[in-house]
Amino acid sequence: MNQDNDLVLEVRDVRTTFLTPRGPVRAVDGVSMSLRAGETLGIVGESGSGKSVLGRTVMGLVSNSPTTTVTGECLIDGRDVHTLKPNQRRQLWGPEVAMVFQDPMTSLNPVKRVGRHITEALRLHLGVGKKEAHDRAVELLRQVSIPEPVRRMTQYPHELSGGMRQRVVIAMALACDPKLLIADEPTTALDVTVQKQILDLLASLATERNMATILISHDLGAVEGRTDRVAVMYAGRTVETSRTSRVFNNPVHPYADALLASIPRIADDPHTVLRAIDGSPPNMLNPPDGCRFAPRCRFAVDRCREESPELRDLADGTDDTHLGACHFPLLPARQEVG
Amino acid sequence: MAGSGNAHMRPEHGPLLSVDDMVVEFPVGRRQVVHAVSGLNIDLLPGETLGILGESGCGKSSAGRAIMQEPAPTSGGVRLAGTELTGLKGRSLRRDRAKMQMIMQDPVSSLNPRRKVHDLVSEGLRIWGYDGDDLDGAIRETLTAVGLDPDTVWDRRAHELSGGQCQRVCIARALMMNPDVLICDEPVSALDVSVQAQILNLLERTKETYDLSMIFIAHDVSVVKNISDRVMVLYLGKTCEVLPSTDMQTRALHPYTRTLIASIPGGEEVVAADDPVAGPVADAKPQAATMTELPSPLNPPSGCRFRTRCALATDRCAAEEPQLREVGPGHFIACHEVAAG
Repeated sequence: MNQDNDLVLEVRDVRTTFLTPRGPVRAVDGVSMSLRAGETLGIVGESGSGKSVLGRTVMGLVSNSPTTTVTGECLIDGRDVHTLKPNQRRQLWGPEVAMVFQDPMTSLNPVKRVGRHITEALRLHLGVGKKEAHDRAVELLRQVSIPEPVRRMTQYPHELSGGMRQRVVIAMALACDPKLLIADEPTTALDVTVQKQILDLLASLATERNMATILISHDLGAVEGRTDRVAVMYAGRTVETSRTSRVFNNPVHPYADALLASIPRIADDPHTVLRAIDGSPPNMLNPPDGCRFAPRCRFAVDRCREESPELRDLADGTDDTHLGACHFPLLPARQEVG
Repeated sequence: MAGSGNAHMRPEHGPLLSVDDMVVEFPVGRRQVVHAVSGLNIDLLPGETLGILGESGCGKSSAGRAIMQEPAPTSGGVRLAGTELTGLKGRSLRRDRAKMQMIMQDPVSSLNPRRKVHDLVSEGLRIWGYDGDDLDGAIRETLTAVGLDPDTVWDRRAHELSGGQCQRVCIARALMMNPDVLICDEPVSALDVSVQAQILNLLERTKETYDLSMIFIAHDVSVVKNISDRVMVLYLGKTCEVLPSTDMQTRALHPYTRTLIASIPGGEEVVAADDPVAGPVADAKPQAATMTELPSPLNPPSGCRFRTRCALATDRCAAEEPQLREVGPGHFIACHEVAAG
């Protein structure tokens, strides 16, 4: 299907709709993206922007059911996750794509020892023997920098701290050497001093294994500096995507710009008045017409409220693309006036 | 941190709120005790914002609640405008404590889901017997002051409001009691990124208009720096460092404070750059200090409590507890190893 064999993931116009008693919720509303081996994509957005649902849709954890409709294509290594039969999809999980969730306590089984969590995947997917699975699991724990890996194998999750548990979850995800790793808020439940260690660990493992990574986070700082490209999501849509440094230094969409300006920075003086974004994210049962950010946008005009902007390339003649979904993208001059 | 001591106190200025050698301990059975706060000294001047910074388990929330006498500290004193609160009970405690109000982390669960906004906001005043038309006027005024439209939200309940709006209601509720001191325990960490800035700006503005002093408890270095005049860094129930927030990025000396700053994602490069005094600390790779995790508060390390994670720790740190000492104007650290700037 693809001439480009390097492409690990291709997502085309994915829409995920949940049917709720109060009406359909379009959690993801037409998102496209692609990812090459070894590349890291950051997906940032606030809660309710659809970033986690997108991650789960790509993984195939959210798929068509009586209450859910998924349209569009999620191609992992050329195969569409959503047209596969359930048992074929299960074979994809592990060797092709794996996921790290936010809360390390609930993603581990409290009555199974740490070792079982990892050897289970190895024996099931790779069909290795008991002894070899054990040795490989110890090696994986060592790779995620867990001290005394042999002893840890026989411990239960509650005997480990939050940071250690998240390392075990990462070791589980890496057990079958996936081509794509989706990390959904991997550090949100952890202490500040541990967050950085886990993010650094993920980054170095991805480089070592030439693995494609999607890092989903609400924390712009976590994404800056650790991803090659970044997509900013708002109300189920991508509003801006480009090389990470371009988005952070020269955001073209007013939402991305305002989000960056609203975070306090350590380099700022105390009592600096922050540029807050008025209002709150829209209710997805009844999203606004036109541009979904229009009700909160400083620059919105009538056209924004009527006509939904398409994602288009706004790069100023340079070779890499800078996509933005805005009728009136920010230009450097206008940002200074603002 | 390490350490104890009260070198950072400024009794000559007549503090509005002072906390004297406060200890908070929770028995957990089998004669074991969690040492949540061990010997904390705080003074808060009128109009000042003190930031309390630390990771989870450092005792910052326990300290905030003990100041509110909710529950009262195990030992030590809390004086608010000259009144000692720790000995008070019942009605007299409730009356004197009303000058101090608290804002909690999760705005939705701190509001009674069955009550309407105007009810929630006026509850405190009604308890103290205010009623009538002037009450409605006061509710309207306060709701407007926190950026809510009284006519829209008047009859709403918590589930009909967004997280940011709920936090505004909580702030309005606190302001209705006309407090002198506002204790904010992680007031923005449950909120969306785009809403955090609104609430931080609102707290800053409210502090000016209502002439408040504030204790702002949070784990986020940048947020604390933004809102505070002075920052106190806690580790396992003890004070590591007290410093003016302007010096946070450039002059922080304590290895734990440096670790916290180095943990800001994407902020590392900025930190190491313009640092005239902390050369030795920067060389010792503060990141290495974080490799082990927080020791148990059931049995905290001897001497300096941070020594088990500190890259600079020596035998002296295990044997002797460092005391807070002055290293610059308004800047105090509790560490044996870091040389004064």
